[in-house]
Amino acid sequence: MEKNIYDLVIVGAGISGSCIARELSKLDIKIAILDKENDVSCGSSKANSGIVHAGYDPLPGTLMARLNVEGSALMKKYSKILDFSYKEIGSLVLSFDENGNQKINELLERGRVNGVKNLSVLSKKEVLELEPNVSDQVECALFAPSAAIISPYQATWAFAESAVINGVEFFRNTMLHSIKKENDIFYLDTSRGILKTKFLVNASGLDAGNISSMAGAKKYSILQRRGEYSLLDSSVSSLVNHVLFQTPTALGKGILVTKTVDNNILIGPSADDLSGSDLYSTETTALKQREIMEKARISVPDIPVRALINSFSGIRAIALDLEGKPVNDFIIEEDEKVKGFINVGGICSPGLSSAPAIALYVREILEKAGLKAKEKGNFIEERKGIPELKSASIDARMEMIKKDSRFAQIICRCEMISEGEIVRAIHSPVGARDLDGVKRRCRAGMGRCQGGFCSPRVTEILSRELQIPMVEVTKKGGVSYILDSKTRESVADIGGSL
Amino acid sequence: MIYDCLIIGAGPAGLAAAISAKKNGLENIMLLERDNRPGGILLQCIHNGFGLHYFSEELTGPEYAGRFVKEAEELKIQVKVSTMVLQIEKGEGENPLHKVTAINSKDGLMILETKTVIISTGCRERTRGALLIPGSRPSGIFTAGSAQRFLNIDGYLPGKKVVILGSGDIGLIMARRLTLEGAEVKMVLEIMNYSAGLARNITQCLENFNIPLKTKTTIVQIHGKDRVTGVTIASVDDHRQPIPETYEYVECDTVLLSVGLIPENELLNPLGVNLDAVTSGPLVNQRMETSIKGIFACGNSVHVHDLVDFVTEESLLAGKSAAEYVNKRCEKISSIPLVRGNRVRYVVPQKIDLSANDDKSENLRIMYRSTEVYRSVSVIACAGQKELARQKKRILRPGEMQIIEIPYEKIMEIKDMALPVTISIELPEDLID
Repeated sequence: MEKNIYDLVIVGAGISGSCIARELSKLDIKIAILDKENDVSCGSSKANSGIVHAGYDPLPGTLMARLNVEGSALMKKYSKILDFSYKEIGSLVLSFDENGNQKINELLERGRVNGVKNLSVLSKKEVLELEPNVSDQVECALFAPSAAIISPYQATWAFAESAVINGVEFFRNTMLHSIKKENDIFYLDTSRGILKTKFLVNASGLDAGNISSMAGAKKYSILQRRGEYSLLDSSVSSLVNHVLFQTPTALGKGILVTKTVDNNILIGPSADDLSGSDLYSTETTALKQREIMEKARISVPDIPVRALINSFSGIRAIALDLEGKPVNDFIIEEDEKVKGFINVGGICSPGLSSAPAIALYVREILEKAGLKAKEKGNFIEERKGIPELKSASIDARMEMIKKDSRFAQIICRCEMISEGEIVRAIHSPVGARDLDGVKRRCRAGMGRCQGGFCSPRVTEILSRELQIPMVEVTKKGGVSYILDSKTRESVADIGGSL
Repeated sequence: MIYDCLIIGAGPAGLAAAISAKKNGLENIMLLERDNRPGGILLQCIHNGFGLHYFSEELTGPEYAGRFVKEAEELKIQVKVSTMVLQIEKGEGENPLHKVTAINSKDGLMILETKTVIISTGCRERTRGALLIPGSRPSGIFTAGSAQRFLNIDGYLPGKKVVILGSGDIGLIMARRLTLEGAEVKMVLEIMNYSAGLARNITQCLENFNIPLKTKTTIVQIHGKDRVTGVTIASVDDHRQPIPETYEYVECDTVLLSVGLIPENELLNPLGVNLDAVTSGPLVNQRMETSIKGIFACGNSVHVHDLVDFVTEESLLAGKSAAEYVNKRCEKISSIPLVRGNRVRYVVPQKIDLSANDDKSENLRIMYRSTEVYRSVSVIACAGQKELARQKKRILRPGEMQIIEIPYEKIMEIKDMALPVTISIELPEDLID
């Protein structure tokens, strides 16, 4: 094996790419995963509902249906092995009218065919017992006890770290400019030079259609459908106990109201197709924020506006065929023409839930495509996240502080995050390189003050730990610098004057 | 070891409270401060104007704080810095002992028992997220306090072309500060039709630097992918709704938010303490005691102040009250609610608890704010028809807290009437008989 030829390069370090990387890192092969951004999970994997769906929604017979049900069970298993939060709070699809009631029965049957266990239809009385804050206009609901909530970026990070721990190389800030195939080897012209690989997996999310085209492979396009969300403070986390859906519309799964793993309340998403200069834009709009609040109030009439702490949006990657018609399924296959090129495109809902199963499926595809290798003898199954001070017992906290006194220095006072955790977030196998990366890994900046108090301190820590000048610290990579310039020469270049 | 008083937060409020508690006879006192030195937010307020009332001098923030830090040192009051209080557990019974859990790298985790707690934890800034300002999420958006910390403590200019949303004092101070450091502050926007800050700050920070103040204007969208590239501003109608025809794009690389301060009360919330819905701080009586026996509060954590001088006075009172509570045990005889009347946004305290050993020579000092700007008004404290105190005011601004005093004997006259004391603002025409 030539030294500088990879066996596998994965384009895109979102949830799909990261799960695939982790699965394939079990084999004794050379793998690299690339992302155009400064971190993993910077695309759709960063901003979505975070729900591991039970699996009654996808149409039976589709890849989506099969991989959703498989993936959900796997996600539960991996949450323990890879140490990320997973809460099986169950979901209710609420119906408020006759159409909705019919839809409930449809979903019940679909779920049965898809192999979802323990689905049932609850009466109005039963729903209100489980969810006292739900509107009394509710008629019935589909109850799926196996639905769960996760933090999608924490899960992505966990899979990516496990992959890196097992030898996968992660290349950040790496744009792919062109793909050539010569004598069974792919030549990838990237912003950090030419990468050579035998097999290429396209898990590039919103860019999947472009990358497939770049490789001369299957022609399809990705419709970018943006979804806006609003987030409410943890002080109102008892508003709902389960994930609350509304019976679906043509535009998607409808507005949900759910608790998050971090104990906030999330409402959304909207469904807004992007084009032209709006492509890739994760803006929020006054119109849609009002709309999702109005729609959420159909389920829970008393959502307190005063508890809103943030809004954000994510973009769904919806696969369209050559005629521009929705494919309504994942595109996961070895390309017919370009052998060794595996498309993993159109990973929209239930993409997150399916990801661990997508990884297994892609492994099968790669093996059928000729990827031959032994399993690693020294594969490290487990991966540990950052120890959390806030949720630790008194004794555990004392231990953490004894080992590293920085666990006693609280930086984010809203969420009780210590300097020890932030330093670990930066030096982790897939470490944070910017403010948002720190925020996603240990929640510093996600509380009531949204980083108002702690971001100067986190900026200082990033500067110090990465040994980069304060003026080079960014919010999310690229040119998203926090600061403009020093006010005078005598100011220290590198932070750390805590 | 059981403490007499634990003071959480060693900013100007906590320092004054600790000094007062000591001078009024408490021995086992300790200040718990999460930053690496005492002084609180004043440490980053390098402009002067602090202490005009209390010291009759114009000091900078650090200088003002420094006076109290020095006095606390001279009184040998113990201060633990870099120490975070994680939770308070309230005690039960007649003489409750409260438990304060705190953490630092030197002592590790501590669980401290105390007869009294004084909460002086200050406030936090309202965020872009809480206002749901639409648009993208680039870098370059700061709350005024964060920007102030980067600038004054770290020595960095946050940006070069700035639009400031909110004409509260912090926004005004930062407008001047950024200008002095070479940034261009293009405008200060205020959604109301009056500025929320002190009149002298409008003059000294905006007018003197030709920085335009646009009232009834807000930001409707933030632009920029990696870093802010501009904002869309709009005039608002009488219901504070943006008027689409007035949308205007303003190029900038920095947005500063000075859109409100909220008392920081996370430690009190789990204890079921009664909160004032308007101030978002705890309800307190005239001794700065909360609804929980032995737990006092003072400073911005009770209600947001404009002048640190009043924080000091309020906190000296809290410290004294804690001492009296421990030494003399002020048994409550009766309670009189203090409520806001016409045109009054809030009053602090919200309750008068009378006890046998009250100092009857002390006037009751009530702090209040008006809801709007009013000129040539009378401020009246009354219980039912009975007038207890009156003041004439040439001008009242919501951004300038006021004080009205009621002699103690007047309170005694009405204490059995089962009526609240109401503070209201009467316009000249209301008073014509």
